[in-house]
Amino acid sequence: MIRLLEVTKTYGTGTSALSDISLSIDKGEFVFIVGPSGSGKTTLLRLLIRDMTPTRGTITLNNVDIGKLSNKKVPQLRKQIGVVFQDLKMLMDRTIYENILLPLEMAGMDHKEAEQKVHKILTQVGIEEHMEKFPIQLSGGELQRAAIARALVFSPEILLADEPTGNLDNTTSWEIVKLLQDINKLGTTVIMATHNLEVVNSLDKRVVELEKGKMTRDTKKGPSTSSGQDVKETKHVKKPEEKEDKKDLEKKPEVEEKDSSINLPAGRQDSEQGKHKQ
Amino acid sequence: MKTTSTAWKHIRRSPYQALAAILIMMLTFLVVSMFTMVIVSSSQIISYFEASPKVTAFFKEDTQQPTIDALADSLKATGKVSSIKFVSKEEAFRRYSNWNKDNPVLLDLVNADVLPPSLEISTYKIEDLDSIAKVLKDSSYVSDVVFLKDVVSTLISWTDAMRKIGLVLVIILVIVSIFVMTTIIGFKISQKREEIEIMRLLSATNWYIRWPFLLEGMFYGFLGAMLGWLLTFGLTLYARPFLLSFVREIPLMTLSPYFLLALLGLEIGFALMLGAIASFLAVLRYLK
Repeated sequence: MIRLLEVTKTYGTGTSALSDISLSIDKGEFVFIVGPSGSGKTTLLRLLIRDMTPTRGTITLNNVDIGKLSNKKVPQLRKQIGVVFQDLKMLMDRTIYENILLPLEMAGMDHKEAEQKVHKILTQVGIEEHMEKFPIQLSGGELQRAAIARALVFSPEILLADEPTGNLDNTTSWEIVKLLQDINKLGTTVIMATHNLEVVNSLDKRVVELEKGKMTRDTKKGPSTSSGQDVKETKHVKKPEEKEDKKDLEKKPEVEEKDSSINLPAGRQDSEQGKHKQ
Repeated sequence: MKTTSTAWKHIRRSPYQALAAILIMMLTFLVVSMFTMVIVSSSQIISYFEASPKVTAFFKEDTQQPTIDALADSLKATGKVSSIKFVSKEEAFRRYSNWNKDNPVLLDLVNADVLPPSLEISTYKIEDLDSIAKVLKDSSYVSDVVFLKDVVSTLISWTDAMRKIGLVLVIILVIVSIFVMTTIIGFKISQKREEIEIMRLLSATNWYIRWPFLLEGMFYGFLGAMLGWLLTFGLTLYARPFLLSFVREIPLMTLSPYFLLALLGLEIGFALMLGAIASFLAVLRYLK
């Protein structure tokens, strides 16, 4: 599905963001891109949506060379790839509903059909009650869900999530990861850039590790670091069930394969109630 | 529909910039409308004179009717004359009374006896007025010859000058309008840079982003042209009584509704084009 062949990205300043990356991601995979800040995670994701082009190498999506796409065809590519940006990129002067409706409007979808789609996706990510609020009125977790909803509104084949748990507390982070897992189970390829080792270590998913722009590891299933066979022991993973507050038990991530619907943990609203600014 | 509402939102959220854009367009179209009115009116007056080239000969007090008739016959014989009308003392007084019916002082001072009889002679061609006027001036019975060719020539040169001045002024104003509108819309694009970037990342096409700005420019043009036209229309209505009394029997067609609507339509078309050009320049300059 996605193929990167000896991809190098060097910025105008001479800084090398990625160097000779070759990678292949199949349909339906869940891949963590890990590495410290500045390792090239975000650059990799930006290359995938043609926000920039590689200095060398080729990136293909379904056998189409993204680097050679004409500018006119870039919007079409971006409809196939949903993105949850690190800084969310919500339009602050529009409601959550309007933010999620925007990509559908841009695609020229019939208004009624678009409305139904937005309602459905908002229900799926569990923030339907906040749809008339502005981004500034939502908590971090709710905003993250809104960003995921917007990324999913086209039912894309691929979902890129750049540090989706970046500024969230442990409980909310797990809820977001659970949501991404559920989306993945429905067949969407999920590529999540993160340096949240707790999450990576707890889920047995493919891990691609970058360091200073170079790929240092690509394991089909495994912990977050190449030397991390003991990661789970050395870095204590605070899964929700280990928290003192027993209420949070309800938020324990459900990773069983049989769970194929996007359903949010029941306690999500309780945990975020206090964060609402209004 | 969405594009229109986005454009309207852009306008509503920066009312002073919108006002500046509308006012500069209004000024441009006020000048366009006023010069058009003046030039069209002058052209109509000239056409009126040119269509009926006329020379009027006033006879001395004691001139007898047969003498006048003989002179008229000799003029007809030249073949250059399209019509000759004899205006008696009584007819002259009737016309004078009609023109000055609102001014009793002028009416009291004049009676039919003081007004001379006259011949109004029209030629087929304006060039023939010279030779006819010469024949009349040479006649010993003619006291005065009123010859409109000089008036027409002066009017033509004035209209030409006005047309040139108007054209230069309109060109300057059009250029200023385009620059002002480009700057205002460019400024708005800069303000929305982040929003535009997000839209692009969310699969917006270039035209999805451009259209609201183009519509905004066209809206400024449309409103400016409407206001400029309305102001000119109001001023013309206000000045109409004075203009009509000034030109007397010359039909001023400028207030014909067809002419006014045609002018409005042309101006709106031109304004929409100007707005679109200005916005497009801004989009090319600021939306790379």
